[in-house]
Amino acid sequence: MEITVTVNGTEYTRDVEPRLLLVHFLRQHLGLTGTHWGCDTSNCGTCVVWFDGKPLKSCTMLAVMAHGHEIRTVEGLARNGQLDPVQQGFIECHGLQCGFCTPGMLMTARALLDTNPDPSEGEIREAISGQLCRCTGYENIVRAVRWAAEHPAGTEVTT
Amino acid sequence: MQVPAPFTYERATSVDHAIELLTRLGPEARVVAGGHSLIPMMKLRLATPEALVDINDLAAELSYIRVDGDALRVGALTRHAELLASPLAAEHYPIFVDAERVIADPVVRNFGTVGGSLCQADPSEDLSAAFAAVRAEAVIRGPAGTRTVPVRELHTGPYETVLDPDELLIELRVPIRPGGGSAYEKVERRVGDYPVAAAGAALWLAGDGTVADVGIGLTAVGAAHFVAAEAEAALRGAPATEESFAQAGRVAAEHCQPVADQRGPVEYKRHLAQVLTVRALRRAAARARGEG
Amino acid sequence: MTVTQERATVGFGRTLRKEDARFVRGKGTYVDDVVLPGMLHGAMLRSPYAHARIVSIDTSQALAHPKVKAVITGETLQGLNLAWMPTLSYDTQAVLATDKVRFQGQEVAFVIAEDHYSARDAVELIEVEYEPLPAVVDAKRALDPDTPVIRDDKEEQTTNRIFDWEAGDRAETDEVFARADVVVAQDMLYPRVHPSPLETCGAVAHMEPATGKLTVWTTTQAPHAHRTVYALVAGLPEHKIRIIAPDIGGGFGNKVGIYPGYVCAIVGSIVTGAPVKWVEDRAEHLMSTAFARDYHMRGEIAATRDGKILGLRVNVIADHGAFNATAQPSKFPAGFFHVFTGSYDLQAAHCKVTGVYTNKAPGGVAYACSFRITEAVYLVERMVDLLARELDVDPAQLRMQNLLRAEQFPYTTPTGWEYDSGDYPKTLQLALEMAGYDELRAEQRRRRERIAAGEKLPEMGIGVSFFTEAVGAGPRKHMDILGLGMADGAELRIHPTGKAVLRISVQTQGQGHETTFAQIVGNELGLPTEDIEVVHGDTDQTPFGLGTYGSRSTPVSGAATAVVARKVRERARIVAAAMLEVSPDDLEWDAGGWQVRGDPDQRKTIQEIALAAHSNLELPEGVEGHLDATTVYNPPNLTYPFGAYVCVVDVDTETGQVKVRRFIAVDDCGVRINPMVVEGQIHGGLADGIGMALMQVMAFDQDGNHLAANFMDYLLPTAMECPSWELGETVTPSPHHPIGAKGVGESATVGSPAAVVNAVLDALAPYGGRHADMPLTPAAVWLARQGRPLRTDLAIE
Repeated sequence: MEITVTVNGTEYTRDVEPRLLLVHFLRQHLGLTGTHWGCDTSNCGTCVVWFDGKPLKSCTMLAVMAHGHEIRTVEGLARNGQLDPVQQGFIECHGLQCGFCTPGMLMTARALLDTNPDPSEGEIREAISGQLCRCTGYENIVRAVRWAAEHPAGTEVTT
Repeated sequence: MQVPAPFTYERATSVDHAIELLTRLGPEARVVAGGHSLIPMMKLRLATPEALVDINDLAAELSYIRVDGDALRVGALTRHAELLASPLAAEHYPIFVDAERVIADPVVRNFGTVGGSLCQADPSEDLSAAFAAVRAEAVIRGPAGTRTVPVRELHTGPYETVLDPDELLIELRVPIRPGGGSAYEKVERRVGDYPVAAAGAALWLAGDGTVADVGIGLTAVGAAHFVAAEAEAALRGAPATEESFAQAGRVAAEHCQPVADQRGPVEYKRHLAQVLTVRALRRAAARARGEG
Repeated sequence: MTVTQERATVGFGRTLRKEDARFVRGKGTYVDDVVLPGMLHGAMLRSPYAHARIVSIDTSQALAHPKVKAVITGETLQGLNLAWMPTLSYDTQAVLATDKVRFQGQEVAFVIAEDHYSARDAVELIEVEYEPLPAVVDAKRALDPDTPVIRDDKEEQTTNRIFDWEAGDRAETDEVFARADVVVAQDMLYPRVHPSPLETCGAVAHMEPATGKLTVWTTTQAPHAHRTVYALVAGLPEHKIRIIAPDIGGGFGNKVGIYPGYVCAIVGSIVTGAPVKWVEDRAEHLMSTAFARDYHMRGEIAATRDGKILGLRVNVIADHGAFNATAQPSKFPAGFFHVFTGSYDLQAAHCKVTGVYTNKAPGGVAYACSFRITEAVYLVERMVDLLARELDVDPAQLRMQNLLRAEQFPYTTPTGWEYDSGDYPKTLQLALEMAGYDELRAEQRRRRERIAAGEKLPEMGIGVSFFTEAVGAGPRKHMDILGLGMADGAELRIHPTGKAVLRISVQTQGQGHETTFAQIVGNELGLPTEDIEVVHGDTDQTPFGLGTYGSRSTPVSGAATAVVARKVRERARIVAAAMLEVSPDDLEWDAGGWQVRGDPDQRKTIQEIALAAHSNLELPEGVEGHLDATTVYNPPNLTYPFGAYVCVVDVDTETGQVKVRRFIAVDDCGVRINPMVVEGQIHGGLADGIGMALMQVMAFDQDGNHLAANFMDYLLPTAMECPSWELGETVTPSPHHPIGAKGVGESATVGSPAAVVNAVLDALAPYGGRHADMPLTPAAVWLARQGRPLRTDLAIE
């Protein structure tokens, strides 16, 4: 069936099977491979994107359910080539190693700061508690989000 | 990743339309709301509906938390995150805030719904115990009209409810009575896990310090209808003391039927039913007394 | 909370990572991101039974599916002599089952279809008739008489025994035990766990019919080893095979071996003439890829009444699953387990390891184990704590009394390891100071008094762990995998404009090599990190080496990089001498250039030298033109990072829930190339300790059903279970490593589980029980408190 989904501000119309998962729509139909997948049971969070502004595990939604809605992915975080403060924070604070959980973490971090601009360490840990990281032990992810909270305008683009 | 088997998809434009679709599509059709119980099962091919009826556009009719007279009314499409954040829930029934805090994770809570979780009828569902504890009523609509079923009669077995295939859960209605307190206690192996055991309690105190009324919900321990009925009976009219709560805990533990699995052996789960019943009662009583 | 430190742009120091630029933009390229024109998709049919005869396989319905291009079975592969493949341990493993299935999840048939969803649908259309057989699940019973023989495909195999292996002096050890004042014995299990990187395993195989070149994008930590094995096994010419490891979403030892899915993807590409992608789902990953540990150990420790540890004796039953596919140097079937004497000065030690087959997936060496050092350190650190309990002395004090002293290095252990350098007491002292150990013990005393007086409070526990690692495998004369030596190469090219390209054989899966290896070059040549490109992962573009695991990248490839950079620097000296018309001996190196000793104005920078080397400058003997150099580094020894960890927990004894309050980690990995990267590696390993100690296990029921085949059942730690790690450092350079670095990738995973377990059992000490196995879930803790510890590797009844 035909669906129209707005992704990172651009409208896309595609013909899809009802069973196509949103994460596969993004990755395979739109070539936006920044959003990953890592499990079968909605536990790992590598697939987190925004659905109408709220973090969503995109492996747990059908593309057809997104018809008429707005999705934002990691590819849509930077504006006019300028990295978002959360992206800069992750670089500054070594908040990533293999990078596989990173897009999902960035989307959740950005959503957190949009509603809670000065979160405590505990609030940050709770916000990402539905997402796994195997590399960082979470410490630097938390520091990265704090950095972004303390540098809301970011700094000059670093790398 | 594992992916669902094929099916057809319809989007409901109103509650009546949803019911019409369900009637037309027959018993192999399922409602999808948040999808966070159903879609994982479909990916594992444990559920293979032939058709899905998407009710996510029905927020105007089905997504609300309000107080009408003497009832807290929660629309079935209310997202877990909304119930967690609700000032009305915090004021009248903090048991829901306690429970939602430990259901799944913050991202899943953005989309999973109260109605969806109750209709999934998982034997370890936290909201089943919480809504049972407060003696909520489920409002159900079908082609023949609307009916009300006590939540304590909603579930008929694991993954089974009294809803017919062409019925929709519309609302949960919780009677509000002054002087009460409620709380939820859960043990999990790790954040986001289903409970090893969990207990919810709501109680009202009489002027003389006895328990005027009490509701105790249990999940994940095979308590019939998610209720510790015998413990409730034992506690009603008794003084609201540690000793009475301890007795209620013992009775609750005696009457549940936990099953051994990798979360723990039977005796441990039974022990938790006891401990968590006591802890939930203790905190509910403190809240009833205004102690927080 | 925020870390603000000086940033380094040249050489060692806190340099931000170059690879981050693409990852934060979602522009990494992982295997599942690879899309080729005409690409097909594979899906694997797997056995539901742990042990069963295959009666028949009917693929006709799958073949009839309109989107299916091919179906491969064991029978198909038999025709190509590929139904079985060699493992890294000189055993054989079924690619697709022919006679029997031997573990739940074993590969049975492979479907290739136009798209991923159709491939999955078609897998369900294959009908297999099985005749179930009794499953061998309990490794401790695998050698009982009348137990079914799993490997009846091997003529000589009449039992489930794989090997017996010993290390140390048995007679001497027995003698030490005989005269000891105190002997403590304990059975303990290091349960089967799984590294579980977030990216599962997969491959895109493309045999191009027109050229006969096979290109495989794949999740591998050892691209060259894979290439050579494919050449040997599939009979394909090695120069026509190209393995590309693109970005890898975590490895942790899980992505070292060759999995049947990769072979099927390659065969599929050959058969269809199109590229074939196969990426497994999480259930497949957990059920069939390299698990870790599964060591049933019995430890004995002998000591004097005064707490001097004299000896250690260990017996191990090692559960290797249905095929022996452990990845470790070939002379060491139990890996480096014989480093179990740990960080202490012992008179004697002996271990015996018996490897057995069971009806479970193959593996065992994975998950940052440094070839079984995780098992060894857990064993010795638990035994030391048990000894402390027996002697009623403080466990930190007992360790301090017995740790090796700095003046004893280099130290040869009773089982033949030569530890290179260390000042152990200093490191332990720092950890105890950072923890405020004495105050913690005082707090614990006060807490216990209050609990004894009737207050409902959680019990407090403090656990200590001290570990010595042995990493950087390894010297040619001792170590090889499948006969391939573990030396690694490095090639350094300097362009005319002074930019550099370093090609290395190791394979990052998140460790930051693109930055840290550039820093090594920069440290030698004074080039800014951003001027140095690090190439890795593509066997067509990089020198041969055995890859990244066992924390070997810095010790081996890091050394190779330093050596090759020094070669380049020496060539630059000759060119500079020609430019300045002096003798090379008159020059000294200073921060990025060669200058005349005593006359620093007479100087040429490395950039100027690079340009000159490519120019028409007359070059003297010793330089043919340009500065490029290559090297292969054969390490003279392993390196020995070490550390001291302290864990503080609070245990709700009514429910068994454990909260990790604090974790203090002092690591010594020698010289630190990039402290930020080192700390990140440690943070990650510490989270592993929490996970393994408290929640991770792969248990099986008596039919061999896997009880942890998804992330609802196989629990991994989240940010909520991890405290904010408190890190300290000491630096004891490795005397034999060119830059004094030791490597750190696995240290924290090695040292942390014992600290957490020791802490929890310390909290339960007032209740009497001495030991309980990991994972210490709430149920396990509650039962341990009752003195009835749970057996964690089997189904709970």
